[in-house]
Amino acid sequence: MSLVNIAGLHKHFGTNHVLKGIDLAVEEGDVIALIGRSGSGKSTLLRTINGLESIDKGELVVDGTAVHDGKGDLRALRQKVGMVFQQFNLFPHLTAGQNVMLAPTVVKKTAKREAEDIAKEVLLKVGLSDKFDSYPDQLSGGQQQRVAIARALAMRPKVLLCDEITSALDPELVNEVLAVVQQLAAEGMTLIMVTHEMRFARDVGNKLIFIHHGRIHESGDPKTILTNPETPELANFTRAVM
Amino acid sequence: MFVQFTTWDIVRNLLEAGRWTLALSLLAFMLGGAVGLLVLFLRISHNRVAQAFTKGYIEIFQGTPLLMQLFIVFFGLPLLGIDVSPWLAAALGLTLFTSAYLAEIWRGCVEAVPRGQWEASASLALSFPQQMRHVVLPQALRVAIAPTVGFSVQVVKGTAVTSIIGFAELTKTGSMLANATFQPFLVFGLVAAGYFALCYPLSLYAKRLERRFHVAR
Ligand SMILES: Nc1ncnc2c1ncn2[C@@H]1O[C@H](COP(=O)(O)OP(=O)(O)O)[C@@H](O)[C@H]1O
Ligand SMILES: [Mg+2]
Repeated sequence: MSLVNIAGLHKHFGTNHVLKGIDLAVEEGDVIALIGRSGSGKSTLLRTINGLESIDKGELVVDGTAVHDGKGDLRALRQKVGMVFQQFNLFPHLTAGQNVMLAPTVVKKTAKREAEDIAKEVLLKVGLSDKFDSYPDQLSGGQQQRVAIARALAMRPKVLLCDEITSALDPELVNEVLAVVQQLAAEGMTLIMVTHEMRFARDVGNKLIFIHHGRIHESGDPKTILTNPETPELANFTRAVM
Repeated sequence: MFVQFTTWDIVRNLLEAGRWTLALSLLAFMLGGAVGLLVLFLRISHNRVAQAFTKGYIEIFQGTPLLMQLFIVFFGLPLLGIDVSPWLAAALGLTLFTSAYLAEIWRGCVEAVPRGQWEASASLALSFPQQMRHVVLPQALRVAIAPTVGFSVQVVKGTAVTSIIGFAELTKTGSMLANATFQPFLVFGLVAAGYFALCYPLSLYAKRLERRFHVAR
């Protein structure tokens, strides 16, 4: 059984049929890059995987926790799936350390001392052990996004979702965030990321998925399909972005 | 019987009545705040019935004059066999009025918290009450303080309306004194000064808070 199993997934926004039957299996340690034009449904797909968007039809199973046709224990699902957003979404009234400690203490009822150790560990992993007591507005965009990654990691997720996590960053800050993601990939973290960083998708990902009009239009080994796309749509897309 | 009033008599009587205005304001504000918080929670809950009920509640109190609300409490409850004193009717009416306005003010503050904060806390598996308690309310509170203090001025001035159902607060006592002394200008001047002394520091404080939280993070 794969870590993440998606079968026949459909999603509508009103009359807008956004996801039209997605089938996807993600194995432990996979690093999957989702690419596609704006509005093709990448974010929506990612957001269904941790229940931020409901599912109209189909099945989603993450590590044994299932959502069928929109019904299932979302909070159990979310404990297994971490998410990092384009806009960081750090809690501005809490320090970096408190941002990271919140979910372990409140959701998992981890003791404060232990949560502090976890926070120090994950902040160290993203290279920000000296920023434990800094508030988000005292950090650069790149640092904020690394805290957001640490915050997700503190819940020990089975899979981490990243939705264009470098798109809101100044160009000179992109690499420090990508380096953290690359390191996570090397450590065996299962990652599903929406990205426009094609080079990163090719070098770090082990699977590339091209979404087009709410369907998986083409997928496979990143190097292979980026060099020799089978469909004209992917060929057009790569020509436009690379 | 004919009583001669000195100016000091007038001031003394008004000061005593002013204590009732202050007490009624405090009571309405505190009870109204507590009820308002409850209304707020129901208003933003995911329960459709609770949403619709509290939406109607807020609209009724915002869409009718405070005076009518007091009349309905004061004259309506006795029809149901419940006897209410002017003091109880005033406290109850103002509490309901305050709760509706505060709930609506606070709802605006909760909605000012960006959607990303809800999404980030939801994806960390926080429940709705946990999101409210740890993420949304602490941020909404910063924004809420200034308009809440500002609204307290409306509550103080609103207590004047309770004079009409016979509650002897500042305004009611002022009318009685004006009738007895034939010095309406002096008496109501003093009454106005009394309200001003209560309200002005509050507005000033609200303005200061507004400026402070405007520049703060
Ligand atoms: N909350 C929403 N309500 C209504 N429509 C939405 C919502 N979110 C996304 N959509 C629509 O769904 C489609 C796919 O959007 P999205 O998944 O964000 O695309 P992508 O991430 O690939 O750019 C778009 O047409 C978008 O307008
Ligand atoms: Mg998107």
